[in-house]
Amino acid sequence: MGYKDKAKSLTKVIEMKNITKKFGNFVANDSVNLDVFKGKVHALLGENGAGKSTLMNILYGLYSPTSGEILINGKKVDITNPNIAIEHGIGMVHQHFMLIKPFTVAQNIILGREPTSKFSVLNMKKAIKDVKEISERYGLYVDPNAKIEDISVSMQQRVEILKALYRGAEILILDEPTAVLTPQEIVELIQIIKNLTKEGKSIILISHKLKEIIAAADFCLIIRRGKHIDTVVVSETDEKGLASKMVGREVIFNVPKEDKKAGDEIFSIKDLVVKDNRGIVAVDNLNLSVKKGEILGLAGIDGNGQTELLEAITGLRKVESGEIKINGEDITNNTPFQIINKKISHIPEDRQKRGLILDFDISENMILENYHNYPFAKRGVLQYNNIKKYAKELINKFDVRPREESKLTGTLSGGNQQKVIIAREVTNDPDLLIAAQPTRGLDVGAIEFVHQSLIEQRNNDKAVFLISFELDEVMNVSDRIAVIYEGKIVGIVNAKEAKIEELGLMMAGGGSK
Amino acid sequence: MKLKFKEIRKALYIFATEKTIGFTLIAIFLGLVIGAIFLAIAGFNPFQAYGIILRGIFSKPSYISYTIIRATPLILTGLSIAFAFKTGLFNIGAEGQYIIGSVVATAAGYFLHLPLFIHIPVVIISAVVAAGIWGGLAGYFKAKFGVHEVISTIMLNWIALYFQNFLIYTEGFQKPGGETSYSIQPTANMTILKAWKGSVAGREWLLQHPFWKDLLRTPMNWGFLIAILMAVLVWFILNKTALGYRLRAVGFNKFAAEYGGINVNKNLIISMFIAGGLAGLAGALQVVGVSHKVTLIAAMEGYGFDGIAVALIANSSAMGCILAGLLFGALKYGGAKIQPFMRAPSEVISIVIGSIVFFISIPKLIKLILTKKIKKGGTK
Repeated sequence: MGYKDKAKSLTKVIEMKNITKKFGNFVANDSVNLDVFKGKVHALLGENGAGKSTLMNILYGLYSPTSGEILINGKKVDITNPNIAIEHGIGMVHQHFMLIKPFTVAQNIILGREPTSKFSVLNMKKAIKDVKEISERYGLYVDPNAKIEDISVSMQQRVEILKALYRGAEILILDEPTAVLTPQEIVELIQIIKNLTKEGKSIILISHKLKEIIAAADFCLIIRRGKHIDTVVVSETDEKGLASKMVGREVIFNVPKEDKKAGDEIFSIKDLVVKDNRGIVAVDNLNLSVKKGEILGLAGIDGNGQTELLEAITGLRKVESGEIKINGEDITNNTPFQIINKKISHIPEDRQKRGLILDFDISENMILENYHNYPFAKRGVLQYNNIKKYAKELINKFDVRPREESKLTGTLSGGNQQKVIIAREVTNDPDLLIAAQPTRGLDVGAIEFVHQSLIEQRNNDKAVFLISFELDEVMNVSDRIAVIYEGKIVGIVNAKEAKIEELGLMMAGGGSK
Repeated sequence: MKLKFKEIRKALYIFATEKTIGFTLIAIFLGLVIGAIFLAIAGFNPFQAYGIILRGIFSKPSYISYTIIRATPLILTGLSIAFAFKTGLFNIGAEGQYIIGSVVATAAGYFLHLPLFIHIPVVIISAVVAAGIWGGLAGYFKAKFGVHEVISTIMLNWIALYFQNFLIYTEGFQKPGGETSYSIQPTANMTILKAWKGSVAGREWLLQHPFWKDLLRTPMNWGFLIAILMAVLVWFILNKTALGYRLRAVGFNKFAAEYGGINVNKNLIISMFIAGGLAGLAGALQVVGVSHKVTLIAAMEGYGFDGIAVALIANSSAMGCILAGLLFGALKYGGAKIQPFMRAPSEVISIVIGSIVFFISIPKLIKLILTKKIKKGGTK
């Protein structure tokens, strides 16, 4: 039974018809059609920059379409700003939460719709009661009196969902909701989505994670470069089918890699202790080593010391005690400048905060660590001809789009931003390449590219240290897997022999040594 | 007809969103309009007033010369603030750095006895270094103790002001009987033909050449050329050198700069040193070229604060600072003339300047208004 047959028996709550949105000459959406049904989950799948967010911003009133129309419950509407969208029962949970951190959960939820008693006095008791009521109804358990800054990211997401529901949302747009969640939390979120649809709510799920779409969605609209590709019934397809529609070609999920004997140990960490921002020990007597020609993967749940470990290695955070060595040289507490010169490159966790200067163009970002060296600078004066030539080479080699070295990196899509960083770091020809969350937020096509780059580095007999919260990624790419828990390595296994259950157990702190 | 209107709106929108010179010109125009409205309310003819201002700037060689002299320190303090802006710092301290520059220039100009072609450079360089250290202090406090540069530079401004007043009351520096310092030695004087203008031969020659007499009536000096040279230098450093790359990287995203191996703290100090040096140069040039001494000051003179407005109007571009500084100098010098000629309050000029800065600072509002209209237009 195809999509059209299935759709016939369902009630349409939203119809977006032939939506086209142009920004100048650039067509972000090209006659896209989207129907959302009552009580169903409709996924929106597409690569970075395919136009998913544009379409949703149109529905939420942040952009107005160049042409096309929107119908809600069969009536044509003109959504010119988010307030109108909210009036029509549309709620949006953004990827980056819009919460006031020092306020409590309940205060955030009622914001803008505060219940009042006589003389406009805020009725906090009623607010808390209301919040409790809806949270129980949908199985979204939160503590209404907890402050936002004290609760976890997944709890904050629940607050965002509750906020939308409190405002009477019938249709919820979830923008990349799982990007910030751990595997366990993703399972919980999918359960919450199911509870919501059971109550008759409709969900639009923006995602490029195929697994979750398969697990959570009923239908899926696929957009590629702004064009409407297809709408499919999720139960009638699989990951491979979705992926090839999204990218427009066959996608390799597991980049093949040949067996390779690792060489000598090149990088080692001994009894490392690092504190976090609050002064609490985050890396606790950690020991690790990486050999030439191998990829060591570090698996673990977010917040177990990965960030502190990474920052300590790269000189961005002070080491309390212990020793870090590369090629036999001690680099403990060296400056980032010294560490880069010792041939360690680093693909940072947060590409926009650390990895790129968004107000610099591509060519300027390509020389971030080398701007002062010949041929990019001569006696302190930048040589723009050489810089541009170099940037052009890298852009072509690493397929950065658009192919314009003078484009500001802030205007690139996430995948292309990551390509700029990878191009820069890999071309520095490091002995050790550290890749932290290198595929976070990327679509399958870009992920494939990143994995290939890491494996190529390994095949060239370089050491690679991969830190990732995505267990699948660690298992597919690594040669050996170390598991971190509460700042300690709780086990190291060969990737070939690793079992997901075993790793999962270790990540939760229950593993064997 | 309707379509045309839409196109105009769209063009306006592009004007406002991309930081073009056109946008700046609109802001200046709107500022003048607001000034005109105030003049009209006060019962003066704005066209007459602006006519007087224009004539007051351009009608005589000496007027033009005065305008340029007024503009010179503003260009430099503007550059100082623009430079710091590019490194992500807000240098409120140009005022104090200017004071330090002028005090040190006066001291070096008075106490040292050196040959002509050595004295002036020594005076200027010592003033620039001293003011650079003064600015660099704020950078050091930020790097070392995390003190915000706005706080520390405001404090340093007051310290500089009272330091100058203290020095003026110090024996050996204070000119007996006056609330000023001694004047600098003739060897440190950069006013063009200063000695000759006063000589008998010079006076006679000038009597016969009214154009030159009028022009040389002013303390014309090389300061303006130095200011232009500095603008070129600032542009070159920021855009063409590795140092400029580092400074801009720190300004745009210090986390990424740190990641790339750039020493953020060191560059904060360097940036504030250079910014301080530029403001100090303004003070030094004022002393060697125009005032030749420092006097007791009751309140801030405003060169540094006007520099903020200059940098804003220039959108922190080095070349823009020259133009914005000239505009400021012209408005201040020419604007003062409506008072004696029309009995109109010259404070109107402050309103004009304030309005220009206001319009420059609110492209968001202009954008908002225009976006709304365009969006509505787009849906139909």
